[in-house]
Amino acid sequence: MNRLAAAFAKPHPALVCFVTAGDGDTAANLDALVAGGADVIELGMPFTDPMADGPAIQEANIRSLAKGTTTADIFAIATGFRARHPDVPLVLMGYANPMVRRGPQWFADQCNAAGVDGVICVDIPPEEDDALGPQLRAAGVAPIRLATPTTDAKRLPAVLQGSGGFVYYVSVAGITGLQQAAQASIDEAVARLKSATDLPIAVGFGVRTPDQASAIARVADGVVVGSALVELVAKHGEDAPLALRTLTAALADAVHAARKD
Amino acid sequence: MTDLKNSFRNQPDERGHFGDYGGRYVAETLMPLVLDLEREYRTAQADPAFQAQFDDLLEHYVGRPSPLYFAERLTEALGGAQVWFKRDELNHTGAHKINNCIGQILLAMRMGKTRIIAETGAGQHGVATATVCARFGLPCVIYMGAEDVKRQSPNVFRMKLLGAQVVPVTSGAATLKDAMNEGLRDWVANVHDTFYIIGTAAGPHPYPEMVRDFQSVIGREARAQMLSRINRLPDILVAAIGGGSNALGLFHPFLDDPAVKMLGVEAAGYGLDGDQHAASLLGGFPGVLHGNKTYLLQDDDGQITEGHSISAGLDYPGIGPEHAWLKDMGRVEYTAVTDEEALDAFQLLCRTEGIIPALEPAHAIAAVAKIAKDMPSDSIILANLCGRGDKDIFTVAERLGVEL
Repeated sequence: MNRLAAAFAKPHPALVCFVTAGDGDTAANLDALVAGGADVIELGMPFTDPMADGPAIQEANIRSLAKGTTTADIFAIATGFRARHPDVPLVLMGYANPMVRRGPQWFADQCNAAGVDGVICVDIPPEEDDALGPQLRAAGVAPIRLATPTTDAKRLPAVLQGSGGFVYYVSVAGITGLQQAAQASIDEAVARLKSATDLPIAVGFGVRTPDQASAIARVADGVVVGSALVELVAKHGEDAPLALRTLTAALADAVHAARKD
Repeated sequence: MTDLKNSFRNQPDERGHFGDYGGRYVAETLMPLVLDLEREYRTAQADPAFQAQFDDLLEHYVGRPSPLYFAERLTEALGGAQVWFKRDELNHTGAHKINNCIGQILLAMRMGKTRIIAETGAGQHGVATATVCARFGLPCVIYMGAEDVKRQSPNVFRMKLLGAQVVPVTSGAATLKDAMNEGLRDWVANVHDTFYIIGTAAGPHPYPEMVRDFQSVIGREARAQMLSRINRLPDILVAAIGGGSNALGLFHPFLDDPAVKMLGVEAAGYGLDGDQHAASLLGGFPGVLHGNKTYLLQDDDGQITEGHSISAGLDYPGIGPEHAWLKDMGRVEYTAVTDEEALDAFQLLCRTEGIIPALEPAHAIAAVAKIAKDMPSDSIILANLCGRGDKDIFTVAERLGVEL
């Protein structure tokens, strides 16, 4: 069983935690997320034009790029993480242009070599899968697709076709970190997705507190928290690990206790 | 008659690709909307009533057809080919942008959308969008980089007079690309009621095709006017390129006339040898941004870099995907002129023809000045005068060291 499948096969829902690469002491931040109980790590690849992100992650991108973070740095962070945490799945999340700059084959090979388990590319929908999907699949890296409130029943099979790892359900039509969806709409969407795929369903966008995470974890296989963690990095800078670990532990307790399978 | 298979005019394919370029690189939330827009555009294209309403507004509201004008004194001054202008600066609102805005707002209303958003750089597209929103009574939000708000204050005031809400964008570099990011963020959060009027022939499919089609009225008119006035086609077409909508509008109806050469003029800013230019085709590499694959100003890691041009309307790190394809196919030649050359051309046109051009077409005129003298006097250059220069007099005064 690969690392992502194993993380979602635990007897409780998974907590998926996001931070931006190159923002603060990223290695220490990632270790803090693991120590706090995160089951899956999402590492954001900074981009100059993060058009699906709200202010918190936009600013994290700017901080990271201002420090001169390169794609090579991101893969060095991933490689270091893999050496320290052989069993914790690591997913890269970002935008197409930095991923395809040196060609999709180069990127897929780098992911494979660095022990990256999956890739979420915000602006490569299934219609443009050729831009990166075949190379990722051939390299054994899961192309993780996003489903949203606007993904209708007719379109859903196309989204699921060729996707791997898990399905990331974006619970609001909007950008990261701002609004939160009504729980009833999440329940209904997760049920709809589960009837269409065997892949685990993780829900994100706008999840900030243990209470929200717990409510989602009662129905979903995973809960994604990003902006709330990134805001701690903004606030505490190099001293963020302690704060990250504290919030992650509270979220993990809530998510893990929400349902026992 | 050109075989359809060998036509330069049958792009994009059904997936919105111009060769390897274009496409629909958008977040999943927008994808169903973009597909819906394409379906609606196809039905509108097939609906004679839609076309009739578009044509009627272009004639009676925009003031089309725009004149085709022989620039006699400029021709004399340059001493070579005859220079003709397509006078799209005489349109209502003073630029070609309005052609596209009329088309898109009709489509928005057809789709039942009740709120319009747009991005703007120099403010010309923002003014044109605010204008059609006022004309049809729809609320309008214009995203504009905070830097551009400062550089283009007269246009900001115009938009406000027209009833638009102008939102200064402070994220990133606070210029046109950041305004477009913010437009996309608004759209993704308001998909149910909002129509995004994109101002250039870029963005996710079907925008590049749709904007080109709405702007092609420029080239269709010019082609017919040339034939009726002098019974021949021009030897070469010249147009400035930021995102590329005025150039495509002029070029597209001529693409299958093999004797007609075409020259697209990018902004070389302070020069192509440094990084202070906005020439995506001549100084960039293919990549993915704002919903399409095209040439971009970017670094080795795919981070988008900031261009520079004296013209805020050309100061964009990308280019419409059809231009990327036409460049690779070799059908259109692309060149670039510097800020200085554009400023010289700006003043030359003022003095020889009594026309104050916008800084965008001043780039095209600078390229015309370079090629005209080496062409025989019976040859014909047709350039697109896509905007008037009233908005630019403050920028020009500053660069000439004149205090107003």
